[in-house]
Order: sequence, then structure tokens, then C-alpha cells
Amino acid sequence: MDQIVIQTLHGLVNGMVLAMVASGLTLIFGIMDIVNFAHGDLLMLGAFVGATVLGMTGSYWLALLGAAIVIAILGALLQVTTLRPLIGRDPLTTILATFGVSLVVQKYALWQWGPSVRQISEPVHGDFNLFYLQYPWYRIVTALLAGLIITALWLFLKYGKYGIWIRATTQDRVMAQAMGIPVPLVYTAVFAIGSGMAAASGVLFGPFAGVTQTMGFDFTLRAFIVVVVGGMGNLGGSILASIFVSLLESYAAIMVSPAQAVIVSFVVLVLTMLFRPTGLFVPTPK
Amino acid sequence: MSATAISTAQPRAHATGYWTAFAIVVAALVVVPPMLPPFWQRFVTEILIWGLLAMSSDILIGYTGMVSFGHSAFFGLGMYGAAAALLTVKPPSLLLALLYGLVAAGAVSVFVAFFATRLRDIYFAISTLVFSQIFYVIIFTWTDVTGGENGLTFRQPRLSILGLWSDVFTPTTFHWFVLTVVVLSYLLVRRITQSPFGMVLQSIRENEPRTRAIGYHVERYKIVAVMLSGLFAGLAGVLYAMQNKFAAPDFVFFVVSGEVVIFNVMGGMGTLVGPFAGAAFFLLLRESLSRFMTEYYLIPVGIIFIIMIIFLPQGLLGFLRRRLNS
Repeated sequence: MDQIVIQTLHGLVNGMVLAMVASGLTLIFGIMDIVNFAHGDLLMLGAFVGATVLGMTGSYWLALLGAAIVIAILGALLQVTTLRPLIGRDPLTTILATFGVSLVVQKYALWQWGPSVRQISEPVHGDFNLFYLQYPWYRIVTALLAGLIITALWLFLKYGKYGIWIRATTQDRVMAQAMGIPVPLVYTAVFAIGSGMAAASGVLFGPFAGVTQTMGFDFTLRAFIVVVVGGMGNLGGSILASIFVSLLESYAAIMVSPAQAVIVSFVVLVLTMLFRPTGLFVPTPK
Repeated sequence: MSATAISTAQPRAHATGYWTAFAIVVAALVVVPPMLPPFWQRFVTEILIWGLLAMSSDILIGYTGMVSFGHSAFFGLGMYGAAAALLTVKPPSLLLALLYGLVAAGAVSVFVAFFATRLRDIYFAISTLVFSQIFYVIIFTWTDVTGGENGLTFRQPRLSILGLWSDVFTPTTFHWFVLTVVVLSYLLVRRITQSPFGMVLQSIRENEPRTRAIGYHVERYKIVAVMLSGLFAGLAGVLYAMQNKFAAPDFVFFVVSGEVVIFNVMGGMGTLVGPFAGAAFFLLLRESLSRFMTEYYLIPVGIIFIIMIIFLPQGLLGFLRRRLNS
């Protein structure tokens, strides 16, 4: 029984972090039609930058902020140099290009930080007691923080002036340009925001399992899965899907090893694509 | 009158040029490698095997317009299929290894084709990636049968042709064997891509809704294309398993699929020869760069790859595309 409660908590917490990764990916896909294969690797790079900042300053919050800013700038540079020349080409070429970026980023991290696992110490200590169960506080804090960041993104998109620019570009690229919105700049900004979110989720995830240069691929794959399950380009859907998939994986991990539990989310993805390719958490199109 | 004469003469001139070049390249591949030092001889054989794998993927990427990020599954199942034949049947038989490998890869490709072809573009790419990861996880964790992380090791079969003649493989005979398989596969795939079936595939690449509107059952064509592609990928897996005498889960992992896509993009999609050139280019880059930068060679190679996507989207042999397909 208590194992089920613990796995539920694990699933919810992992789901919130995954939701943050996926919302960055969704933002980039929904607005730019780019499937960012390097998303998980930017997350990994962010986690390493965070670990380095943490080592220098000792402050987790500075690490979180620093990683997000550094990777956002890197994301903007990447967009300008590799993705901007591909605008107007087949969307598949952007998968190939971001795949190239992912190779370079991954090997750069290996070169810079080596193959060993880096630890990010938890920002909040102590355990949380619920009747007879113990659960570490920092996981709860992490989930809340992820929720806060996603809410901030949503509010920004909904009410912020630049958020409205971004939504206008999604709806009608040509009209937005005609209205004086600098569309190329919006693209760059969106890619930067998405990358920054990835980096921040990397730092948030860091204390759970440590930071390695191979963690990126796993996140890319999971983020893809939840984005498709939730409905491509649909922010609310991908958040629900993240929690749903993470919960399923947590429960599966009770019965089989965590390595095999991943298959559950693959199966969910395949079933979704077969029976409801528009996504599980979107209203049925009429 | 004279106009038609020219238009029929032109392809014939192309064809003679093409077959002359083909004969020269094949002759060079027969004669030159045995004269090279052992390391480079093995290297050329390896390029042929990886090229075969990349060519199988070209049926999808270049001719049908579907990017597969899951070719490692077919390749890996070919390896494990060959391993199963070589470990269970005594004495190890070359033909059985080929048969088992092809059956394993074929079975997997039927499964993947059935599900993945219902999806298009990016969704197809992601679903093939996910399927290959499913097989990777199964192979990696099912230690009793697949040997898990360590994989399986076995002995090389003898080279026997229908019981007429039997001999131990030397590096040279193995190279010739691989070359024979690769050349036959190339000719077969080339014939298929030029057949009416191949024309339908290319029409799907150019305009899928229109192909459907003309009355072709697009899904069926796609399923057959994925199966064909999977079979040839499995064949490459069998050859690679025989060359290295092992099967390992690393070859089912996504990295192999990624490399296959890189070979295609670098060499030129939709040419069938391009993937071989891409494999040669990539492996040469890796060989020369990893001498002094070990595994970081992927940093410059990745940058070259991105630059090629932006400035040379047709790949190294893209300028020959028309000639290679006529």
C-alpha cells in the first residue's frame, strides 16, 4: 500500500518535471513547426551548467537562473545559425539539423565535463511526514517550482505583450508580419525560451538522479512521447500527458525493473497514434 | 523525327556511361582491397556493410519520402537472428544464418510497418524511433536469451556454396562474399526502384494525396517499402555479425539509426550509391579524426553534417541523381 502512495508521489513529481520539458518542446513545435531533436541535450547541458554554477557559488537558485539564461542565449544562437537558413524547407530537414546539434552538444559535454556522474545537491533538506510515510521535501518543492514556471509561461503567453505576439505568429504568420510583428525575432525568442525551460528542468531534475552526458536522449524521447500523446502543439494536453505517462511508468516500476517500465510509455504512444492521432487530451474535432 | 531519335539516344548514352562506371567501381572493389594492409581491407568491407544498411534506408528516405529513425532495430535483429542460427545449429551454416537473420528482421519490419505507416512525416520518424527503442529495451533486459549487455559471441560459419565447395573464410574471401551480396542487393533494389512499384513510391514522395487520388492504395505500398527496407537492413546485420563474430545490444540502440540517416544525408538521398559514399565519407572522417581526438570526433563531424544540410542538401553525389536513376 505505502509503495503505491510513494509511486504515486514519484509519478506526480516526475510528471511535473517532464511537463516542463515538454512545454518547451511544444512551444517550439507549435510555433515554428520544428521538431527539436536536441531538446534533451540542451536540458543536459543546462544541468551541467547548473552544476558548475552551483560549484562556484553554492546557491541552487543562482544555478537554476544561470543555467536557464546561458542555455537560452545558446538556443538563440543555434536558431540563428542552423535553423533560420532552413525556414521554408521541408520540416524533416529541421529534424536532421537538430539531430546534428544534439550530437555536437552531447560530445561537447563529454569533452568539457567528462563521463562521470555529477551531483546537484538538493536545495531543501529534510523529509516530509504523512502518517507513517516519509517523502523528501525537495521533490515536493521541485514539483511546485515546475508548476510555477509552467504557470508563468502560460500567463506570459496569455497576457504578456510579447506572449500575444507569439500567439499571433502561431495563428497566422503572414498576417502577424503584416501587422508589424518581427516574426524572425519571435522565432528566435521562442527557441530561446524553449531552450531556457529545458535547461531549468535539467537543474530541477539534477538532484533526483545526478547529471550525465547521456541523459539527454532519454528526455528527448519522453518529451516526444508526451507531446504526441497530449496532442502536438497543445500546452495543456502535454502537461496532462506528462503526468499520465509518468504515473503509469511509476506504477509499472512496482512490478518490473525501471528499465522495462519505459516500455509502458512506448505502448501508450503507439496506441495513441493508432486510435487517436490528434492526441489523448484534446477535445474531439467536430 | 530527329527529336525522337535524340531523346532515345540520350538515355542509351547515359546507360553505357553508367554501366562502364559501375563495372570500373566493382572491378576496383574486387581487385584493390586484397592488396591493402589488413586494417584497410577490413575497413573497406565494413564500409560496404554499412553502405548496404544505409542503402536499405534510402528506399524509405530517398524514394518514398519517409525518414526512418529506427533502422537499428532491423539491423540488430538481423545480427541476433544470425547469432541464433550460428549458436543453435551445429555445425554453423552460412545459409541458415542468412535465413534466420532475414526472417528475424522481416518479422520485425512487418510489425513496425503495420503500425508506423499509418503515420506521416515527423510522426513516422518518431514512431520508428520508439519501436527501435522497444526492441532495444527487450534485448538489453532479456539477459537469458540475448546475453543482455554483453551480447552473444559465436564462431564464423564456413563459406559453403550449396555443398559444392566449403572453406574457412579468410579476410579476402569474406570481402568478396560481402561484395557479391552488396552488388546483388544494389542491382535488385535499383531494379525495384525503377519498376512500376518503385515509381509509385516516388510518386508518394512527390505528392501523397495525389497518388491516393489516382487510386493507389498508399498504405499498402508504404508497408511493402518498409518491409523491403527492413529485409535489406537485416541482411547488412547478418553480414556485420559474421564479420565481427558477435551480436551486441549497442547495435540496436538509436545511435546506429542516427548514423544511417547521416550516411544518407551526407552521400545523397535517392541515389542508392550515395549512402555508400556517405558511409565511406563518415567512416573515413571518423577514422582520421578519432586518431587524435578519440570519441570527440563527433563534434567536427556533427558540424560538417549541419553545414551539409544547409548548403549541400543533395549530398555528395546529389549532382549525379538523375544519371544514377536512369
